Amino acid sequence: MTTSTSNAGSAAGSALRRGRRRPVDSIVKVLLVAAALVSVVTTVGIVIALVQPTIEFFQQVSIVEFVTGTSWTPTFAQKAYGVLPLVGATLVVTAIALAIAVPLGLGSAIYLSEYANPRTRKVLKPIIELLAGVPTVVYGFVALFALNPLLQKWWPTDNGPAFQNLLIAGIAMGIMIVPTIASISEDSMAAVPRSLREGAYALASTRMQVSTRVVVPAAISGIVAAIVLGISRAVGETMIVTIAGGLTSDRIVLNPLEGAATMTAFIANISSGDIPVGSLDYDSVFAVGALLFLITFALNAVSIRMVRRFREVYE
Amino acid sequence: MTYQPLHRRSPHDSEVTTVNHPDTTTRPGVNIAGTGAQRTGMRQPDVAAPVMELSGVSVYYGEYEAVRGTSMPIQEKQITAMIGPSGCGKSTILRSLNRMNDLIPGARVAGSVTYHGQDLYAKDVDPIEVRRRIGMVFQKPNPFPKSIYDNVAYGPRVTGMKVANMDDLVEKALRDAALWDEVKDKLKTSGLALSGGQQQRLCIARTIAVRPEIILMDEPCSALDPIATAKIEDLMFELSDNYTIVIVTHNMQQAARVSHYTAFFTAEVDERQERHGRLVEFSQTGKLFTNPADKRTEDYITGRFG
Amino acid sequence: MSAPTLTTDTRPDPSAPGSALTQRRSRPGEVAFRLAMQACLVIAFGVLAALLAWVLVKGWNRLDSRLWTEMPTGLVSRLDGAGVQSALVGTLWIISLVAVICLPIGILSAIYLEEYADNTRWYNRLLELNIQNLAGVPSIIFGILGLGIIARTLGLGFTIITAAIVLSLLVLPVVIIASREAIRAVPQSIRQASYALGASKWQTVYRQVLPSAVPGIATGSILALSRAIGEAAPLIVLGAVTFITFNPDGLDSRYTALPIQIYTFITRSQAEYTELAAGAIVLLLAIVLAMNSIAIFVRNRFEKRW
Repeated sequence: MTTSTSNAGSAAGSALRRGRRRPVDSIVKVLLVAAALVSVVTTVGIVIALVQPTIEFFQQVSIVEFVTGTSWTPTFAQKAYGVLPLVGATLVVTAIALAIAVPLGLGSAIYLSEYANPRTRKVLKPIIELLAGVPTVVYGFVALFALNPLLQKWWPTDNGPAFQNLLIAGIAMGIMIVPTIASISEDSMAAVPRSLREGAYALASTRMQVSTRVVVPAAISGIVAAIVLGISRAVGETMIVTIAGGLTSDRIVLNPLEGAATMTAFIANISSGDIPVGSLDYDSVFAVGALLFLITFALNAVSIRMVRRFREVYE
Repeated sequence: MTYQPLHRRSPHDSEVTTVNHPDTTTRPGVNIAGTGAQRTGMRQPDVAAPVMELSGVSVYYGEYEAVRGTSMPIQEKQITAMIGPSGCGKSTILRSLNRMNDLIPGARVAGSVTYHGQDLYAKDVDPIEVRRRIGMVFQKPNPFPKSIYDNVAYGPRVTGMKVANMDDLVEKALRDAALWDEVKDKLKTSGLALSGGQQQRLCIARTIAVRPEIILMDEPCSALDPIATAKIEDLMFELSDNYTIVIVTHNMQQAARVSHYTAFFTAEVDERQERHGRLVEFSQTGKLFTNPADKRTEDYITGRFG
Repeated sequence: MSAPTLTTDTRPDPSAPGSALTQRRSRPGEVAFRLAMQACLVIAFGVLAALLAWVLVKGWNRLDSRLWTEMPTGLVSRLDGAGVQSALVGTLWIISLVAVICLPIGILSAIYLEEYADNTRWYNRLLELNIQNLAGVPSIIFGILGLGIIARTLGLGFTIITAAIVLSLLVLPVVIIASREAIRAVPQSIRQASYALGASKWQTVYRQVLPSAVPGIATGSILALSRAIGEAAPLIVLGAVTFITFNPDGLDSRYTALPIQIYTFITRSQAEYTELAAGAIVLLLAIVLAMNSIAIFVRNRFEKRW
């Protein structure tokens, strides 16, 4: 009796030690890692794609001229390669877009989060998410063909907006960014625990006080992250500024009623034409692209850092 | 089951005592040594002076009647406890006392809740003014993610109190909440960095800072350890010199230790299998725990259910 | 209305009896604030809705079968009979190709990151950071990647497969992030139950985790695809801004897509092109909004709430 059970025992024990060979698991793991590496390869690819032509570019154009020059005229007879006009136009459009998107987006978020009744919110939130998916070429189209004529018609003075100008590009871009800012800010506010609001109401606060003094400060990390995301989208956006922003890059343009080319518009416009590979113009596309990549990389780093730093507020 | 109170100083004894009174009940039950009714030197109003009066109060969430027909007084500068098993409407009634139920969509209060004779739910009553006079401390401490100073100063600021010196007001509130000594050197640090018991005292401090007449407490100690709980119970004794306190508690012994009056709630199940809360008995704490009028009360306090 | 008197006393304010409750303080600031917040919502989305309605009206005359039965033309005289069939078919090809390329890679990456990766290791954290960064890189940069490496170095040329690869890489982070959230939402208890029954890691993922995460993964995938077909910027860099009047006939074919075709029409100055562009926009919007609606519907309907 005892002998047979001990035999069975040792057999079972050794079965545990042998283990079942599972080749499937190893294959799967390899596949998974390979898939994850695709994203790494992508970034590496972007860097390589940018680096080589950029180096060739800076062999012909000095970095000083690139960074401090106030005229960008690669296609003129008199060539100049100062990138400031492009950066300036990007900043103007971004500023206009944010001036519209941040108040409207935050206000919408506060209304949805603190004032709207649950049924309204349930209906509106999906609609806002839907509207966030409208392709940017649509915004470019309405900016040029609907917004600008309207603006030109109602402009009080004579020097109205040009055919393409930074103002309508900025307005259209602002409207494009509102759903993003509103949606993320509202999520952030909804995540503020109910107990915090109750505590504030119990202290005889009005709804406005609870919204502005308790909820918004508590949700500020998500709100700032939403705004930085909006900035990043505005800086990297192409279609609106290409269609409606303008072409000028021979001088820094700060008047939003005039048209000017942003970094992205330049890349798009040059690429629409035929450019011989390896020429300076070809390389200039990559140089501007590299600058754009660095700027958005910095913005993303800030955003990620900020979200992480403030996330510990409740935990 | 017998109950041994903690070895601690009761503010109403002149020296440290180990309270160990003989069991005064004739059946096994809670040893209610140290209840307010037996203390000497306790301020007892000659005539019952209710500062609030509930009369036939029912609270509905939509069509569902969560609590039925509650009638009881809240006596001025006394501690009133509401006890009973889970889900019998104690917190719901508590929240109807400062119109916090207004914040729940579909919540409705029937019957009358009066404060100094004024119907709290009259059309022209401003709920925000109600909450300035009737404050609330919650079960889970909920300080704002702001500094300790700003937590206490929040109430006075939003209610537009004209304060000669905010620093003094903050200090006074923190002293009255027995927290000053522990935080006086770190007023600018976050309220969330405090321990659970300290956070709850911070919440009490900020409630006091608005100078309410009544303080409602919804199971204020249930998230705290026994030592923090004891500190808060001591605090309640001191506060009741100046404030009327209404406390909901799951802890029978706490109610017996701390309160002057006790209300016992239970839940009834009707034909449709729905639960409705209802007040069963309200009386002075000593009487309720030694000689309850209703059998359900007796069953609860002797542990036969709940 | 009596405001509390100037004092740092924290005892109840004797000047505020019950009757003071009925003087409801008028708070015009409150009403104005609420209206302002509501106005933000109305203005932002009202303007957007108005603009979309304008597009609909503008393209109304073109909303018929010509859009999908006829090819585009560069001749104004032929515009009446023109459509965007090549762009529509190109877009459909792109949806299919991107789905085949991007979804498996994205979902497998998400599985790796959530189930297999030990995220105390620096390389896994770097991987996560990399994906978060890629999510914010402007789409035109992906076009540059396509131009420099995929089209030229890898020799794939300005073909539809290049476009599909570039767009796949562009929306890959969207799929990964959405799938990770869906997988993360599956409770640990399910995995542990599976392991306790002797299943291997992959079996657990394949049989328990993934099926539960399908709604979230599906939502993310559909949103990613709809984003991919709305993008024009990378395709501009990839030299797609030419008149293509044939449908793609293979992976190495030249191509056009709806956003690009619309852009091409916009760059023409004649008014008839504007109308055609508006019509094509309505078509594109119909597809994109339909896809997004399905995605949101899938999420709301099938999302498991644990």
